Amino acid sequence: MNKIKTIISKEWAEVFKNRFVLFTVAFLPIILTALPLGILYATSSLESGEAVSSDIPAQFIQFCPAELSGAECFQIYMVNQFLILFMMMPMMIPVTIAAYSIVGEKTTRSLEPLLATPITTAELLTGKSLAALIPAIAATWAGFILFAVGAAIIVDNPVVLKALLDPMWLIAVVIVGPLMALMAVNASIMVSSRVTDPRVAEQLSMVVIVPVLALFFGQITGLFIINSTIILLIAAVLILVDILLVYLAVQVFQRENILTRWK
Amino acid sequence: MIQTENLTKKFDDLLAVDRLTLNIPEGEVFGFLGPNGAGKTTTVRIVTSLIGPNDGSASVNGFKVGEEDQDIRRSVGVLTESPGLYDNLSAERNLEIYASLYEVKDPKGQVEKYLRWLGLWERRHDEAGTFSKGMRQKLAIARALLHEPRTIFLDEPTAGLDPEAARLVRDFINEIKKEGRTIFMCTHNLDEADRLCDRIGVFKSRLLVLDTPKRLRAQIFGRKVVFHLLRVDESLEKQVQDLSYVSEAKVIDNKLLVTLDDPEAHNPDIIRTLVGAGADIQFVGELRHSLEDVYLQLIKNVE
Repeated sequence: MNKIKTIISKEWAEVFKNRFVLFTVAFLPIILTALPLGILYATSSLESGEAVSSDIPAQFIQFCPAELSGAECFQIYMVNQFLILFMMMPMMIPVTIAAYSIVGEKTTRSLEPLLATPITTAELLTGKSLAALIPAIAATWAGFILFAVGAAIIVDNPVVLKALLDPMWLIAVVIVGPLMALMAVNASIMVSSRVTDPRVAEQLSMVVIVPVLALFFGQITGLFIINSTIILLIAAVLILVDILLVYLAVQVFQRENILTRWK
Repeated sequence: MIQTENLTKKFDDLLAVDRLTLNIPEGEVFGFLGPNGAGKTTTVRIVTSLIGPNDGSASVNGFKVGEEDQDIRRSVGVLTESPGLYDNLSAERNLEIYASLYEVKDPKGQVEKYLRWLGLWERRHDEAGTFSKGMRQKLAIARALLHEPRTIFLDEPTAGLDPEAARLVRDFINEIKKEGRTIFMCTHNLDEADRLCDRIGVFKSRLLVLDTPKRLRAQIFGRKVVFHLLRVDESLEKQVQDLSYVSEAKVIDNKLLVTLDDPEAHNPDIIRTLVGAGADIQFVGELRHSLEDVYLQLIKNVE
């Protein structure tokens, strides 16, 4: 456990000395917290007749509580798009850190002395994964808490507030988000173990985000509306995918290949 | 203590290590010499359990490679070919990380001990990236010693260093040699190997020779004594050549070059023979071949 902590603190000490990386971790939560709050604030002054049902996908309207006005329903619809991004945020933030984790050590030639210590592959990869996961999850959760507090201040109607802070979104942010982050981190570490260039690692690692973006665009275009069932289904699939990816990441991390094929 | 038995490693069609058998006792400083690409680093990687052999066996400090890898890594210190420091972390932080990974009992004490020993204590808060090559190498050596390993592997410890930094590193190796630890040193620096190593193995995929530097010189070139004479002629050369213990006598300018096994025992007799034949001897000395000559000769023979 101490070795894992050492790897985490080493990664953070190195990574957060780079202000650009620090910025990439902080930027997304700040923006994705400020924007929905801004939308809530801006739309709170809308008269009920200003937003019409045609602005909202038909599938969404049936999820909108009946006692709400069109404007309030529009508020919920708009903010829900950002809540999906809140769920996906922990997946986007750690990619930069995780993609660099192994290939970066290869580039600076620090991997061989590290592997010469009694650290096991599982300890090393766990340390690297957590070093990327923890800041992403912490930043997302901090952003979500700020959003909840801000929404409580801005929104007058308790029905709207309840719809915004639905337990479904809590599950999405607290459980699905970290599962997505774990998926992205493991995929990035696998890529990082195989490639020889940090830039390639980052580009390839970003690919994992693409299928998940379908969720976002699916809801925006009205293809489907994310509800509790879909969230639970996503969580179940992600658990399986994560188990598979953790196994693969350990298998892909071949000390011998990494040391001898790297030039 | 390091033992290997027919250790073999292949990378696809390339035979990097061919049936290497070594027995390095505790406390010995062993020099592993060979050209670039000879398989020296591969050998170090195998015996430090970083990569596995295709065939043969090896053990270090009584632990078997492939079976007790964690124990091997715990009991050895490795200075890799490149220092591989975390450049944007301080010297102290670099060592603290490794002290923790090696489960050092008194990490702060050990870090301070080695930083002071290597003269880096005053710069402990500076980033490793701001250090000179020599300082970086010293820091990497400190990193390899933090957990007080019984066996230390040094891969090209003075490569790329200026003479002053190289000397500092060599002095430090001499210090740890006095502590009785086993040191396995890959090097291109033959003068360094000559001065530091108890035994030397010349390696090019396979072990070409293994002996003390002194005996290697004698094995390859024989021992040669030079007699500087005021005048030299063929009759002197012939008289010395006729002595039963002389392998070869050769005249070069006004010098008579004599090859023989035991100069200490036979030089007085040769001097008597020469004086008896009317020679005026100016100087007598042993012609010493450098280890470089030995090395180049061996490598040439293989090629």
